[in-house]
Amino acid sequence: MSKGTKDHAQLSDVFNADEARVNWHDETLWFVRAKRDKAAHNLPEWEMLRETASQIKDNVLSNLHDYLLQFESMAQENGIKVHWASNGEEHNQIVHSILKDSGVDRIVKSKSMLTEECHLNDYLQHNGIEVIDTDLGERIVQLANEPPSHIVLPCIHKKKEEIGDLFHEHLGTPEGMADPVFLTAAAREHLREKFITRKAAITGVNFAVAETGEFVVCTNEGNADMGAHLADVHIACMGIEKLVPQRKHLSVFLRLLARSATGQPITTYSSHFKRPRKGQTMHIILVDNGRTTQLGRPDFRNSLKCIRCGACMNTCPVYRRSGGHSYHTAIAGPIGSILAPNLDMKEYADLPFASTLCGSCTNVCPVKINIHEQLYKWRQVIVKEGYADPKKAMAMKAMEFTLSKPAVYKTAGKAGRWVLKHIPFAVNNKLNLWYNHREMPAVPKQSFGEWYKENVKHD
Amino acid sequence: MTVGLFIPCYIDQFYPNAAIATLNLLKKLGVDVVYPTKQTCCGQPMANSGFEHLTQGCNNLFIENFAEFDYIVSPSGSCVLHLKDHLNAKSSDNEAQAKSIRKKIYELTEFLTDVLKVDKLTASFPHKVGMHQSCHGQRGLMLAQMTELVAPAYSKPMHLLNMVQGLEIITLNRPDECCGFGGTFCVAEEAVSAKMGKDRVADHVHNGAEYITAADMSCLMHMEGILRRQKSNVKVIHIAEILNAQEF
Repeated sequence: MSKGTKDHAQLSDVFNADEARVNWHDETLWFVRAKRDKAAHNLPEWEMLRETASQIKDNVLSNLHDYLLQFESMAQENGIKVHWASNGEEHNQIVHSILKDSGVDRIVKSKSMLTEECHLNDYLQHNGIEVIDTDLGERIVQLANEPPSHIVLPCIHKKKEEIGDLFHEHLGTPEGMADPVFLTAAAREHLREKFITRKAAITGVNFAVAETGEFVVCTNEGNADMGAHLADVHIACMGIEKLVPQRKHLSVFLRLLARSATGQPITTYSSHFKRPRKGQTMHIILVDNGRTTQLGRPDFRNSLKCIRCGACMNTCPVYRRSGGHSYHTAIAGPIGSILAPNLDMKEYADLPFASTLCGSCTNVCPVKINIHEQLYKWRQVIVKEGYADPKKAMAMKAMEFTLSKPAVYKTAGKAGRWVLKHIPFAVNNKLNLWYNHREMPAVPKQSFGEWYKENVKHD
Repeated sequence: MTVGLFIPCYIDQFYPNAAIATLNLLKKLGVDVVYPTKQTCCGQPMANSGFEHLTQGCNNLFIENFAEFDYIVSPSGSCVLHLKDHLNAKSSDNEAQAKSIRKKIYELTEFLTDVLKVDKLTASFPHKVGMHQSCHGQRGLMLAQMTELVAPAYSKPMHLLNMVQGLEIITLNRPDECCGFGGTFCVAEEAVSAKMGKDRVADHVHNGAEYITAADMSCLMHMEGILRRQKSNVKVIHIAEILNAQEF
């Protein structure tokens, strides 16, 4: 997805045109955040779990090379075919060639943010292969011809009535039917036919265990299992950072993942795939796509700890009020804003600024990524690399000139207050973005500095 | 003990009463306070916009103004956090001074709680007050426990407000959501910023606040802008003004 000509601020402006909808979106995601809080507060050892997860991931990132080779060799021993892709394009080509070799042109796919990141669906469709997303939320946005707006809740931006309309158009449900139970049953029937008839299934990977060569896929709908178990070919796509050293480490991550994501104790299905069943072929594609570049950036490398729970989105006051699509990238929200500039600094130069740096994201992160500090650091990098608006650069230089010189500051302060007091028209107009929704501060007679000079006796 | 009073630029220019209350409160508590008159700004507006490399002038000036004091106290959690995290010296000569400032600078309520260990105040403010937990003070300086964490509750500003006679603290639906000010965010992301401000104000208003207070004037400036646009009777007031109030 490309932002085209609109950046996060402009896309948010569009989203905010319908305030009632913003309220609904905010409340819906706040409800998920509240469920997460309740689940976390039920575990007295929560903070210790976060710290443990963070340290395990530190270990993984520091020894990634060794764990990857260990995983590859164990997986091969288990009868899994392992492929390496250095970028999204290579990943897509590998998937395509596996399907071509298997003579398959219709597939099912469970949720995988990696394939979103690589734009796999577009690539395969362009090459004549039909892809059916089997996660309910993903199927809904696929029918709507939209990208997911949230990594865990792909269609959270859609109301049930809108989903009813989509299903009426595409699945033939009665017009005006918006009952979630009815619509889910319709989707189930629709997808069942796909599961039974498709010969290849793609899944994502939540965790890959270096010690055993197995991988774990977490879903609530069992759709990854339905796809993989009914298909002759199973292709699992994973970013190289998804490793954990040993199986026992899953006991930390599986407890954190669903609690952080939705407030559930664990995902309904946490399925371990270790070897292909008889007659099946199983592939794993290990994808870099910028991850080793990020690993080489000391300030940003620990963003690779992310387990894609979405907690930072649910808690983010900006995400809740701007919607996932305003981030114009596969992974929205605070985590997306520190991952995306690594892939394309110019395209995503706006994202690190789409935050008040409130820090709530860092606090909910189950692997303790210092997200808000990385947002601040990306801002410095983006400006230094020359991707800042030249007008902003001018304004900042003028501000620096004023604020670094006490005499200039005092004069400018007087002028600034004088302007506010005497010509409110000059500042209270449409060009002043503060004034659209907010009054200017009332103007005091004198600054504190002036008051101090007049009123405090000096020894 | 001599305390250097740091009054951030926008408080100096627009909210002198918050600064006066801070000064008077510290004096009332027996602190020897000095206001270095050549101070300007902590540099945060530039740094948060990605222009940290332009803040050396502000940093040098800050070190010049404040290095000599035993403590530095400021009625703004956000500016204090910025200095704690990012105040650097240009040369190694005064890096020691910068490091020492980063350690001895305090936001007002944490100074009262942790250094002066204030356990009673002769203040009276008979009103219903909503406490806005400013993000940088709360999550950055850890002035209060954060709802995201599984850890024991505490709040330095609330602890002080509880010593004020007649004051009633209202309960908020979302006790620590951001007000949306965010420095240049308030104009760069105007739509979301204003909506966040409206929502934050609504929480206080619906729960019966007469006043919204905070340990950070910038959040209050934002919420005041919204309240005044709505022609609301609810007012904002810096926590120093409440802790120094004598209303009966």
